[in-house]
Amino acid sequence: MDDPLLVVEDLTVQFPTEDGVVTAVSNLSYQVELGKTLGIVGESGSGKSVSSMAVLGLHDARSARITGSIRVRGTEVVGMSEAKLRKLRGNEIAMIFQDALAALHPFYRVGGQLAEAYRVHHPSASKRDARRKAIEMLDRVGIPKPDRRVDDFPHQFSGGMRQRAMIAMGLINDPSLLIADEPTTALDVTVQAQILDLLQDLQREFNSAVIIITHDLGVIAEMADDVLVMYAGRAVEYGPCKEIMVHPEMPYTWGLLSSVPDVTSDTSARMIPIPGNPPSLLSPPTGCAFHPRCVHRDKVPGDLCSTTLPELIPGGRGPQHLKRCHLSNSDAIYEAEVLPEIAPDLVEEP
Amino acid sequence: MASMSPEQGSGDMAAYQATDTPEPESDVPSFADVAEHGHAASELDPDAEPVLTVENLRMYFPVRSPGLIRRKIGDVQAVDGISFEVPKGGSLGLVGESGCGKSTTGRLITRLYKPTGGSMQFEGVDLAKLSNRELKPLRRNVQMIFQDPYTSLNPRQTVGAIVSAPLQVHNILPRNQIKRRVQELLEVVGLSPEHYNRYPNEFSGGQRQRIGIARALTLNPKLLVADEPVSALDVSIQAQVINLLQDIQQEFGVAFLFIAHDLAVVRHFCPEVAVMYLGKIVEIGDRDSIYSNAHHPYTQALLSAVPDVKQAVTGERRERIRLTGDVPSPIDPPSGCRFRTRCPIAQEICARHEPPLLQIGKRHKVACHFPGRLGEHPREPFTARLLGVDAEGQPDPGSSPATDLVEQPGYADTWFDLDAKTIGRA
Repeated sequence: MDDPLLVVEDLTVQFPTEDGVVTAVSNLSYQVELGKTLGIVGESGSGKSVSSMAVLGLHDARSARITGSIRVRGTEVVGMSEAKLRKLRGNEIAMIFQDALAALHPFYRVGGQLAEAYRVHHPSASKRDARRKAIEMLDRVGIPKPDRRVDDFPHQFSGGMRQRAMIAMGLINDPSLLIADEPTTALDVTVQAQILDLLQDLQREFNSAVIIITHDLGVIAEMADDVLVMYAGRAVEYGPCKEIMVHPEMPYTWGLLSSVPDVTSDTSARMIPIPGNPPSLLSPPTGCAFHPRCVHRDKVPGDLCSTTLPELIPGGRGPQHLKRCHLSNSDAIYEAEVLPEIAPDLVEEP
Repeated sequence: MASMSPEQGSGDMAAYQATDTPEPESDVPSFADVAEHGHAASELDPDAEPVLTVENLRMYFPVRSPGLIRRKIGDVQAVDGISFEVPKGGSLGLVGESGCGKSTTGRLITRLYKPTGGSMQFEGVDLAKLSNRELKPLRRNVQMIFQDPYTSLNPRQTVGAIVSAPLQVHNILPRNQIKRRVQELLEVVGLSPEHYNRYPNEFSGGQRQRIGIARALTLNPKLLVADEPVSALDVSIQAQVINLLQDIQQEFGVAFLFIAHDLAVVRHFCPEVAVMYLGKIVEIGDRDSIYSNAHHPYTQALLSAVPDVKQAVTGERRERIRLTGDVPSPIDPPSGCRFRTRCPIAQEICARHEPPLLQIGKRHKVACHFPGRLGEHPREPFTARLLGVDAEGQPDPGSSPATDLVEQPGYADTWFDLDAKTIGRA
């Protein structure tokens, strides 16, 4: 079997600031295969965007210290020259941003911006070819009358259409990896559903790998094959999506699941918040970064949680499902204590 | 936030701030404690009197031509004739997509805008007709919580000044008691009284939202308009704020008009929900009527579009209804039913006549010519006879149109029972 398309190993991203060194991502490892979707979940400041920007080499070498390894088809990205990176971006890896209005240039026509993205990587293509390609891509992502809309400015597009145009721009060079950073957060639910459907259709068609970054567990549950849960710059749980949604093993993941209601959940389900706030990355807590907010700490003997950082290792549910937690019987605790409160209808009668 | 020194936060930040030194176990609550303070969904009190009765409320914003002489060339019909009630101590949720008029409604009720027409009865007074001067004594009863905790607090004022401003404006307490009252309020919302002299930039998003809530509570309002109170917050913080709002509702008996686009949060917080589309209420009812028994194709499409963890893992995904296109412009809304351009079941009558908001259950109203559960919409328009037209919407001389189809706030004792095909009675 070939190597996965993207392998991230031991990635650490640090930003020296006046107040000290901010470690935005520490020792992060994951991989994505062609045709698969990885969902990265976490709150603001968890390092989910910073880590994927590193994959594209978007961090300024003067302000960021990046160690570890990021390999795309076996080629190392960390430390790559700017010229080589430019070839990689767009061609092999593309990114879709949350705010399409800010990501599109307001002065240039949508079609021109798409054509530019094409011509950068196809220097021999004529202007007319690039324009034809732009129209074709707009049509692919479901923009009505693409031959006319291609000459519109971004402000003439609605929010959903702009996001479609961004996806078109991302896919115009047929990249094998698409990174979508909160692609639907700014959109209404019906438009979000359209965009998620579109992403799934396109992925099936082009057999590309997708990384979808979001804080919405519902989006992850519907889109992802694998899930990576991040907290304070580290992976705290990593494994197959369904496995993590049904048998989460890390109390932070439990907290995320119990903080959001479902439209279909039992109305007696409680909304249980995670106490406290996400930590500052300037001086992260010792031991497990989540321990100051963890309500299950009392089940771990001694002060292990506050002194020792747990390893990201398989818990009790097979080698695929990794967790970073000192709790030994977390699956049983989840079923016995957490699930009855947050989803009483899912608890199986003995 | 980078300038924040480690000692500055306390309250719910304290748990994490104290981690440099090993802390006693008791600082972190156990799961049982936390779970006990987490609330289940709010419940409906069907006998509660309305605190606010809105009838046929309209807000048109003029659109002017460009150039020197700015002639009026049209109206943005942001809110076009909506009626509802908010029960005393209860909550009504207002959901819909951007541009549907839900935020405008909130701003009308707090009288940040003066409505174009309609009435808003609050304790026997019509808020819509009052002048700003007459309104001032009433403003203390209706307060607002804003979406963005970063722009809704003045960065140059201390928390004390922000929270006490309403007390000073309304001249309610003597100066020497203000500080005590503010510190009390800070405790109510889960902040520490010592935060009195701090500035908003020293707080996290969730804490700022708590400051905004404390400010809204200062005058003991009877109605709080919460416009997307949690959508700017991190997931784990959203639950804290929702639980706090539920605590406040139980303790002080405040009624909420809860405006949000997140259908799951609204379902949790509001026993009653109104769904808006392009300035109109298309469906309104209690929680079960809307979420388990929706009869309007728009409500059904909205609900089917929400990504849902439980459905994804159990594999019971209902078919997603794909709505095509975008919401039309409110300057020139479609004729007849405003949803018809995106509606999967629209027919000719929908372009000709606007569907009346009909009561089809004890606490359930829907505005559709073909109301029915998903997949069970009737073939013939249910409303044709009531409107005095045939199935295509052409005038039907042989029929006698109903004359009492005026939209009323609240619910009547009789309704059209669509299943039994009779008149239902309470």
